[in-house]
Amino acid sequence: MRKFEYLRPEDRARAVDLAANPDVKLLGGGTNLIDLMKIGVETPEFLVDTTRLGLDEIESRADGGLRIGASVRNTDVASDDRVRERFPVLSAAVLAGASGQLRNMATVGGNLLQRTRCAYFQDVTKACNKRKPGSGCPAQTGANRELAILGGSEHCIATHPSDMAVALRALDASVLIETEKGAETIPLADFYRLPGERPDIETNLPYGSLIVAIDIPAPRNGARSSYVKVRDRASFGFALASVAGVLRVADGRVAEVALALGGVAPLPWRARVAEAQLMGAPAEPDRFRAAIDAELEAAQPRPENAFKVTLARRIVVRVLNELAGATREGEAS
Amino acid sequence: MTGTARAGPTTGTPAAIGARLVRIEGPDKVRGAAPYAYEYPVDGVTYCCAVGSTVTRGRVRSTSADAIRQVPGVLEVLWHANAPRLATADGSELAVLQSDRVAYRRQIVAAVVAESFEIATEAARMLEIEYDDEPFAVELRADDPDLYRPDKVNPNFATDTETGDVDGALRSATYGVDHTYRTPAYHNNPMEPHASIAVWHGDELTVFDSNQGASPVRARLAELFGVPPGSVRVVAEHVGGGFGAKGTPRPVVVLTAMAARVVGRPVKMAATREQMFAFVGYRTPTIQRVRLGADADGRIVGISHEVVEQTSTIDEFAEQTAVATRMMYAGANRRTTHRLRRLDVPTPAWMRAPGECPGMYALESAVDELAIASGLDPVELRLRNDPQTDPETGAPFTSRNLAACLRDGSRLFGWTQRHAEPRVQRDGRWLVGTGLAASTYPARARASKATARARRDGGFDVELCAADIGTGARTALTQIAADALGVAPAVVRLRLGDTNFSEAPLAGGSMGTSSWGWAVTRACEGLRARLAEADGSVPVDGLAVEVDTKEEIERREQRPAHAFGAQFAEVRVDEGTGEIRVARLLGVFAVGRIVNPMTARSQLIGGMTMGVSMALLEASLLDREYGDYLNHDLAQYEIATCADVPRVEAHWIDERDDFVNPLGAKGVGEIGIVGTAAAIANATYNATGVRVRDLPIRLEKLIG
Repeated sequence: MRKFEYLRPEDRARAVDLAANPDVKLLGGGTNLIDLMKIGVETPEFLVDTTRLGLDEIESRADGGLRIGASVRNTDVASDDRVRERFPVLSAAVLAGASGQLRNMATVGGNLLQRTRCAYFQDVTKACNKRKPGSGCPAQTGANRELAILGGSEHCIATHPSDMAVALRALDASVLIETEKGAETIPLADFYRLPGERPDIETNLPYGSLIVAIDIPAPRNGARSSYVKVRDRASFGFALASVAGVLRVADGRVAEVALALGGVAPLPWRARVAEAQLMGAPAEPDRFRAAIDAELEAAQPRPENAFKVTLARRIVVRVLNELAGATREGEAS
Repeated sequence: MTGTARAGPTTGTPAAIGARLVRIEGPDKVRGAAPYAYEYPVDGVTYCCAVGSTVTRGRVRSTSADAIRQVPGVLEVLWHANAPRLATADGSELAVLQSDRVAYRRQIVAAVVAESFEIATEAARMLEIEYDDEPFAVELRADDPDLYRPDKVNPNFATDTETGDVDGALRSATYGVDHTYRTPAYHNNPMEPHASIAVWHGDELTVFDSNQGASPVRARLAELFGVPPGSVRVVAEHVGGGFGAKGTPRPVVVLTAMAARVVGRPVKMAATREQMFAFVGYRTPTIQRVRLGADADGRIVGISHEVVEQTSTIDEFAEQTAVATRMMYAGANRRTTHRLRRLDVPTPAWMRAPGECPGMYALESAVDELAIASGLDPVELRLRNDPQTDPETGAPFTSRNLAACLRDGSRLFGWTQRHAEPRVQRDGRWLVGTGLAASTYPARARASKATARARRDGGFDVELCAADIGTGARTALTQIAADALGVAPAVVRLRLGDTNFSEAPLAGGSMGTSSWGWAVTRACEGLRARLAEADGSVPVDGLAVEVDTKEEIERREQRPAHAFGAQFAEVRVDEGTGEIRVARLLGVFAVGRIVNPMTARSQLIGGMTMGVSMALLEASLLDREYGDYLNHDLAQYEIATCADVPRVEAHWIDERDDFVNPLGAKGVGEIGIVGTAAAIANATYNATGVRVRDLPIRLEKLIG
């Protein structure tokens, strides 16, 4: 029998202590990790439950932002009044993911660290560079409809499956961690890594990290935000493409903008090229189209997922149009 | 106590047939008190875990079985070198571990039996297997030179039919369509996987098994293990769905019984969800060329439906995909053909209306295309070509109420308000379209036995080895028995799912209620007569009558008997993203007499919902590099969620067909899925102007 030890530390120091072990996996809601253990993709010797560490609070920050504890359940993030008021894009993104039952279990920290749902990654009888470095990537020429068009490499084109992280990326969130060396804050922008030659290393988390919380800075004054997700069925499906958009228009021009794309890259993809083109530009559909086209010039679609380029373009333009319209209406009223 | 008690019909009992009787076993299921196969408590039970091949074609050379046997808790490791020989190692899917040949990837090549599920699972993972690997072919192609013509198609239909001058008629037709439609492979995936517990006492075998028919499982197990059928008892009291995958025994029950015999202890096994995609059956992908020709009045003059599909190298299963086309529409010149390719894949098998389901997707899509080509309304085109006798044989249908379904459905759905022109109706960014398709499914019955017994306490036991796979069969048969006995359903105890009861056919082909209900009716009628003869007196040990409907069914005149239906769909497509949502689905069915409106409705809307999945979501993805199907779970094999079916309505017309069986009922299990995918494809065309001829209809096909 493949044995593992289940540990449930009651304080953070003990958890951090336990985390510094290559055979440890930290357990949140278990909605992904346990599945992966069942199919042999994950084989930890120690499972350290992080849900009893007092990390289950959502607190207001002095700057008007929020600090969300790492073991707050996804459902509680989405339904929190402060989240809904200050960061509706986050609430919408969380609610667009998984099912009610899964959201009741899944934690914020676990959501960030969930693994790709690439079919090859989940089948231990097949090659996968992410699971077994150097074994190959059958997805390059195989089933890649759901996989990345941006940021992939010849070694891996997995997509990051989270909706929540896409919204957090647009909100410039940071991840608070603790290691044996102390506390640290990692901007989400630096949190994930592109696969390159090492798709097995997915984050820049230092060895032995415990995710403690996520910090979201104060909402940008007057900015609107929304989340659009496209999937095959009406509920309970991963994004084929999604976008979290934040926009403020002043005097007909883009004063602030943040765009993050989901379902198209190995990490929640911040559309920096598009944002740079949009800043200061007239808030007009033509400009929106040109900006996302510039972003998607880097796209490397595979035969089965070329449609994602069209899809990403259209939902970004839709979101920007809607946010610009909403902003103008807001000014008029 | 001596003497007799009195029992007999109560006067004035309201008819049970037609009543909305709630599922009898419902409360037990809700409370978790209804045992499923894997849940029977058995002392000293051990656990079996199957190991699948990691090569697609080749031979098993060696295994590390000797080393794995040393793992604490492992009782035995079985592979072809040490597995006991089955009495009939016929090379089928059931010849488990009988040869070193690997016929497809993830075929069972070894199994571990251990003291616990966890030990068995981990030991199976540790088992090393060496193979001789051979090149394989797994992809179905219409131009494959190795296609062949099977001798028959499932279950026993002619492979090809041809009447008149088809090519000439198609050439000279005023309106014509000629298109190829494709459906992918599908995996049945009932909620409860295949599961068995096997217990041997000497040569006596008891099996708790999840199946659609305990009698056929018993017969096959007796054959395979070389024991008399009377030595095998199969219990399947509650079954969590089958959809064809449990219609005949699958490797799980054979392996479990084999393992139990080897270790000398009870063994249990349930297929993992991953294994549900490997060796328990699935629907073949199909490639279907359909040609239709019509004259200036829209009367069909030529029909050709040519099907290409796959089977395995170890067994032949030829889905009867074009068979419905033989009887659906009028037309003097007609052809249907089926060609197969033996590939290095698992053997396809029954799944949700085999034949009609994929075949009617193609035919009903083509008929919609013909309606557009000829400028006729799709309802009108179908009415003009609705024959009253079988178009191939001229024999009269027992009843054929397709026209009534089309007319009623048209009215209930509001069909006439549609715009025939595609891409006209809008709601904001949503393109809105409507479409329809016809449905059909044969109304058949098989011979069955049944026993009806009067008890001295005034109650009745009705027993037969029928299967309630979640359909409500137990409840419907109770109603049938109550009426035949002339008593209230509450005094009838209906027992099924056990080979200790009278032998009965499986739940499949929409034949359950017809076949079992027929036998139950005759048994109860017989008992009622006996009771009348005895003036209602019941002996101490009860009064029982067992019947067999074999002779009565064989005696009756053969006539084409089919259920019909018409399905209407309203589809909304996001113009920008191509997202497709089915806003409304409405079906009207002519399925004979309805025994229980509540369970019948569930069957129909369940079938229609599966049709939504087929149209938009379901697909087993072939891994061309490795040779198996990529999907391993229900996250990778999407089916409709509640949010995908906001409004599904099933109606039926008032029909009673006394020719098909004494109940006048035609069966409701399969027809709900037949035609649904075509109705949605046709509605999608109406919404978008894009005709998708390969399922599922995914958004990239609309925005590409």
